Amino acid sequence: MSNSTEQGAPALELSRIAKAFGAVIALTNGTLALRSGSIHALVGENGAGKSTLVKIIAGLYQRDSGEFLLDGASVDFTSTAQSKAAGIAVIYQEPTLFPDLSVTENIFMGRQPTRSLGRIDRKRMRDEAVGLFKRLGVRIDPDRPTLGLSIADQQLIEIAKAISLDAKVLVMDEPTAALSGVEVDRLFAVARSLRDEGRALLFISHRFDEVFELCDTVTVMRDGAYISTSPIAGTTVDQIVRQMVGRDVSSLFPKTEATIGDAVLVVEGLTQPGEFHDVSFSVRSGEIVALAGLVGAGRSEIARAIFGVDPYKSGAVTINGKRVPKRNPAAAMALGLALVPEDRRKQGLVLDSSVARNATLAIRQSISKLGVFITDRAENTAARVWAGRLEVKTSALDTEAGTLSGGNQQKVVLAKWLATNPSLLIVDEPTRGIDVGTKAEVHRLLSELAGRGMAVLMISSELPEVLGMADRVLVVREGRITADIDRADATAESVMFAATQAEVAS
Amino acid sequence: MRVLGNFVKARETGILLALLIVIVVATVKNPSFLFSSDGFRDLLLTPSILLLLAVGQAIVIITRNVDLSVGSVLGLTAYLTGRLFIDVPGIPIPVVFLAGIVFGGLLGLVNGALVAFAKVPALVITLGTLYAYRGINVLWTGSDRINASDMPKDFLGLGTSSLLYIPWLTIIAIIVLVAAGWFLRTQRAGRELYAIGSDPAAANLYGLKVTQRVLVAFVLSGALAGLAGVLYAARYGTVNSQAGVNLELQAVGAAVIGGVAIFGGSGTVWGAAIGAFLLLTINRALPIVGVQDFWQRAVVGVLIIGAIVLDRVLARRQARKLVEMRDES
Repeated sequence: MSNSTEQGAPALELSRIAKAFGAVIALTNGTLALRSGSIHALVGENGAGKSTLVKIIAGLYQRDSGEFLLDGASVDFTSTAQSKAAGIAVIYQEPTLFPDLSVTENIFMGRQPTRSLGRIDRKRMRDEAVGLFKRLGVRIDPDRPTLGLSIADQQLIEIAKAISLDAKVLVMDEPTAALSGVEVDRLFAVARSLRDEGRALLFISHRFDEVFELCDTVTVMRDGAYISTSPIAGTTVDQIVRQMVGRDVSSLFPKTEATIGDAVLVVEGLTQPGEFHDVSFSVRSGEIVALAGLVGAGRSEIARAIFGVDPYKSGAVTINGKRVPKRNPAAAMALGLALVPEDRRKQGLVLDSSVARNATLAIRQSISKLGVFITDRAENTAARVWAGRLEVKTSALDTEAGTLSGGNQQKVVLAKWLATNPSLLIVDEPTRGIDVGTKAEVHRLLSELAGRGMAVLMISSELPEVLGMADRVLVVREGRITADIDRADATAESVMFAATQAEVAS
Repeated sequence: MRVLGNFVKARETGILLALLIVIVVATVKNPSFLFSSDGFRDLLLTPSILLLLAVGQAIVIITRNVDLSVGSVLGLTAYLTGRLFIDVPGIPIPVVFLAGIVFGGLLGLVNGALVAFAKVPALVITLGTLYAYRGINVLWTGSDRINASDMPKDFLGLGTSSLLYIPWLTIIAIIVLVAAGWFLRTQRAGRELYAIGSDPAAANLYGLKVTQRVLVAFVLSGALAGLAGVLYAARYGTVNSQAGVNLELQAVGAAVIGGVAIFGGSGTVWGAAIGAFLLLTINRALPIVGVQDFWQRAVVGVLIIGAIVLDRVLARRQARKLVEMRDES
């Protein structure tokens, strides 16, 4: 590898970058140095601050403090156009292209070569596109629209764009997450040839085998801060995982033992092509089962399919022995399922409505008179029970739900579903964006519900939460369940290994 | 071969085919539909004004917007045309044309500025200006009416006379169509209109001047409606406060029938032009074929819904096919 280029000033250098969004601190110490002719890996758990750092490099966010040097000179980007002009290209996990326009037009939009009268020189543009793809060693029809192209091909178009812009620094944010093996190989070949041309590449990935295969240097981040940078040759998967996790799972989680009963939810062979494959598991009463894994592994999709919001091609879901029909959330609710979605602002709450209305949304049928009329009093009575039990902090039940804090909003959503008396509760990222105090309350509540015999399926990207709360951990990787780990055997390392499919080192 | 292949696959070909079928059927039923000098002239003349509006509408829809005010803009400029001939005796005809186009462009600028800067959906904004402009028109016109005798003969001749059997109105419309087609196909600004309509968020990430381009699209639509207003006065000779009522819906209909995707990003002004021809020709052909008045309107509705459904079906089929291919590989 090109260790000879390790000398000299880095092409891009970030030191002690900090960034906060209101009260949420995303980055405390973002430190990174990219060198020309090198592929640098950036790894860390979900929420370690990698994406925030990338967005600062891209000019999408502005840093609060710290230093950002490009070729040794300090820069302040206020827009993506500026970072682009400075020679930085960012390729996101989900590329942003114009679906109706041709591949060629997507590469050159806004800077097409022109002839007299400002006419676009289509032939030259097409020839250049063909040349770019030839150089990348890939075959994409330059005339077809980008609609329907695979993520892999879309990424290659983004890369072609970056090359035609002559970008000196290429950032690839989890480019392989949606790619097949062959596509990954092709992408790596391209990345290596770009490295050999003397560009600096930043490669963000959760897959250690890929990091070790492709990169020459690796930087680890944790909790918004820089942990270490080491040459790949001088480190091991074991060391990196330890640095990524690197904290005690403290007794923050008040998990109480519950008597575990019969299976409540049984999922068999659930498959939806492109999303998840052959997913089978069960959740028993009194049990908290965590669906762990990386963002985008397909966990939420599985939950949505079980609840009947999304379709699935084959497989079966039963609850208490009764078959749950496909694509029928109302029937799922009647059978005792409840789903607290990931994005509570969009999917879980009517922000303009009152707390009372929100809390009783799922039981409007049963509190109504003659099935139609609902009095404020009936609404408030029903709402008070759960709002009180969950300790929703609000001055009055007629407060608009949108004005509550994140933690209290989450409690209202929980109240809404608990009012239906479910036998299985699915919670998707129950504590995302919630302050530490409320987090503990949500955990206490989940534990209490399990203690009363409810079956809980919890999707969480936070390892400590998974390890602290779950009786059993199911690890999902790329739409498949890759591990079923009992509470006693679950460690940060074993879950992380299963989630990233690195070989389990003893 | 390649050109022929593209022609067969193009979205516009189907519409052109439908238009030809309508003409052939009507002509078989009554040969004078095509083979009389009046029939041939009407065939070209009737859709010409709508064609201008449809071209402007297509430009706006391509950017994922819509301009519902064009009928009212046409009404205002048509009345302005008449007033100019009455109030400024001997005013040169080109100056009147220019005045109509500039005035229409200004009205379009108001639409564009409200949409681009206030960030309110174009549907709401232009629905508002549809009524506002018509209101101004009624206030200005009152019960007044412009008559043919108020306007010079040369001007009125433009609306009805022909050059080599082709009506002047049609010639003007075709020139505008070719210019718009050229702009959208070969100019960076034209291509960026497609990009903006295809994915506005991506357009921002690309660093395109989204606000400015959308503004230009509305100004063009307004200016074309202004030109159409002047030609309306020349063609019909009488203008009252109700000129051009409901034309905006025909313009949107023509664009959609012609394959301009209602969510922006695809379609051509050629398609919209053929759509305008089809819409008005079918209206004239149906009575000849013996279809009752009620059914004539229904047929137009079926055409519009059919065009949209066809677009969605084709798009979904393509997307599904490509996803399946990807899963198998």
